Amino acid sequence: MQLTDTIRARKAQKDILLMTHLVLGYPSFAVNREVIGQMVENGVDVIELQIPFSEPVADGPMILKANQEAIASGVKVRECLDFAAEMAACHPIPFLFMTYYNILFKYGVGDFIKKSKEIGIQGFIVPDLPPEEGEEYLRLCGEHGLAPIQIFAPTSSEERMRTLAGHGQGFIYCVARRGVTGSKTEFDRPFNDYLARCRRATELPLAVGFGISSREDVAALRGKADLAVIGTATIRLVEEQGPEAVGPFLAGLR
Amino acid sequence: MAAKFGFACTIYMGAEDVHRQRPNVFWMEKLGATVVPVTTGSKTLKDAINEAFRDWVSNMDTTHYVMGTVCGPHPFPEMVAWFQSIIGKEARQQILKSFGRLPARVYACVGGGSNAMGIFQGFLDEKDVELIGVEAGGKGIATGKHAVRLAAQDASPGVAQGYKTMFLQDSDGQMLDTHSVAAGLDYVGVSPILTDLWERGRVRFEAATDQEVMAALDLTIKKEGIIPALESTHAFVQAFKEAGSLSPDQAIIINQSGRGDKDIFTIAHAFADPSWKAFIREKGAEYAAY
Repeated sequence: MQLTDTIRARKAQKDILLMTHLVLGYPSFAVNREVIGQMVENGVDVIELQIPFSEPVADGPMILKANQEAIASGVKVRECLDFAAEMAACHPIPFLFMTYYNILFKYGVGDFIKKSKEIGIQGFIVPDLPPEEGEEYLRLCGEHGLAPIQIFAPTSSEERMRTLAGHGQGFIYCVARRGVTGSKTEFDRPFNDYLARCRRATELPLAVGFGISSREDVAALRGKADLAVIGTATIRLVEEQGPEAVGPFLAGLR
Repeated sequence: MAAKFGFACTIYMGAEDVHRQRPNVFWMEKLGATVVPVTTGSKTLKDAINEAFRDWVSNMDTTHYVMGTVCGPHPFPEMVAWFQSIIGKEARQQILKSFGRLPARVYACVGGGSNAMGIFQGFLDEKDVELIGVEAGGKGIATGKHAVRLAAQDASPGVAQGYKTMFLQDSDGQMLDTHSVAAGLDYVGVSPILTDLWERGRVRFEAATDQEVMAALDLTIKKEGIIPALESTHAFVQAFKEAGSLSPDQAIIINQSGRGDKDIFTIAHAFADPSWKAFIREKGAEYAAY
């Protein structure tokens, strides 16, 4: 089943889905393995695996540090692919790669997409690749049935949203506010207006991320979004309380 | 510019560059700017650019992003190149006035490439004017501690910070640390416009090591009575190497894009100047006594 259908089928069973995120190799693949196990056990619906990149411009301090420390400890793209293959083979939920375009570009865009398909990855989030620059990427994702997730931001016009949605599959990642990952988002009137604009621009499921970290945040998205994205919060939790804290945290979000 | 027009101004600068260009930081702060030292990554220009991006996407409603070099996402390389083109226009007028003909060669240092793009634009259409960009050879290309993107084989095509060019990166696409005695040249990427001119054979690229730079700086100070910035001195190195092959009726332009005053600590340190060191110790003791 392709990602869009998987998400719609899951959404029919729950009022909001959870997508979680982690940085591969940070603090180690062993900890990643344990955290993913807990994510799956606690009902997470989709997991994005971030392949570390030295210049993660869309990420705030926490994820930036995770990227840089993973690289400093010697994490290689090939190891990330092997680990992702292992996870996709043993867990029955969709896994996505999140990374920056240079990782694909250096690997070879075609080879990267083909390899991702082979190991059971279902889509990509590449925040620094606008569709105008990603013709080959979009075409090859289409050919292999992988979802090139597109990103809406509060600064996107309705026309831009429709253009982006036309290139997207799986779901649309709606960045909750101006800025980078990890700081607080206010779920106020302008935010609701923004989500309403997102909803009008596409029929694809909507995921909302950036600054989602509590049960209240997830509750605020019910009925407005299809997926809540938890990124920095779990990385911080692992850092402060260890991987065993992830399960109870996730179980308490819905 | 912010001081002149009354804008609030935040400047991101690598922590290492803050340290080695402290006089610049002093003047920026006197002009009213807030200087934020960036401590992530290699703590130099690359990381300062990332932090400035992060600030900009967070404060886009109230903030303009002002890029200092001819890099980054479209249209910044073209915008900055256009702003800098005044250098080439004026240099062209001045050499025609003072020398009566165009120069045989134009030398400019290249970090991101702003001063080079500036001066080269005065001569791009003149096929007989050879354009030479000089990169930071650092401790020598063989040591890997340098910022040579085009003059050697160490860089490869990549996409980062919103643009595609030749980057110093590993086989996974992770950016490498660079090194140069000159903060302004200590950068992993290079203007996509200059890379294009290099690919088309219009601009030749060379590299000058830190050691050659200090020697050329000493020579320039003593023989010309001027103090070029460490960045600009890279252009002087290459010009000195090649000037002997010209005939007496030919001219060259060396772009002295900045003054060396800002580099006084680095230069004095490199020359191991004993009286300067004594002065710093004395000054330090004076402040410590407060």
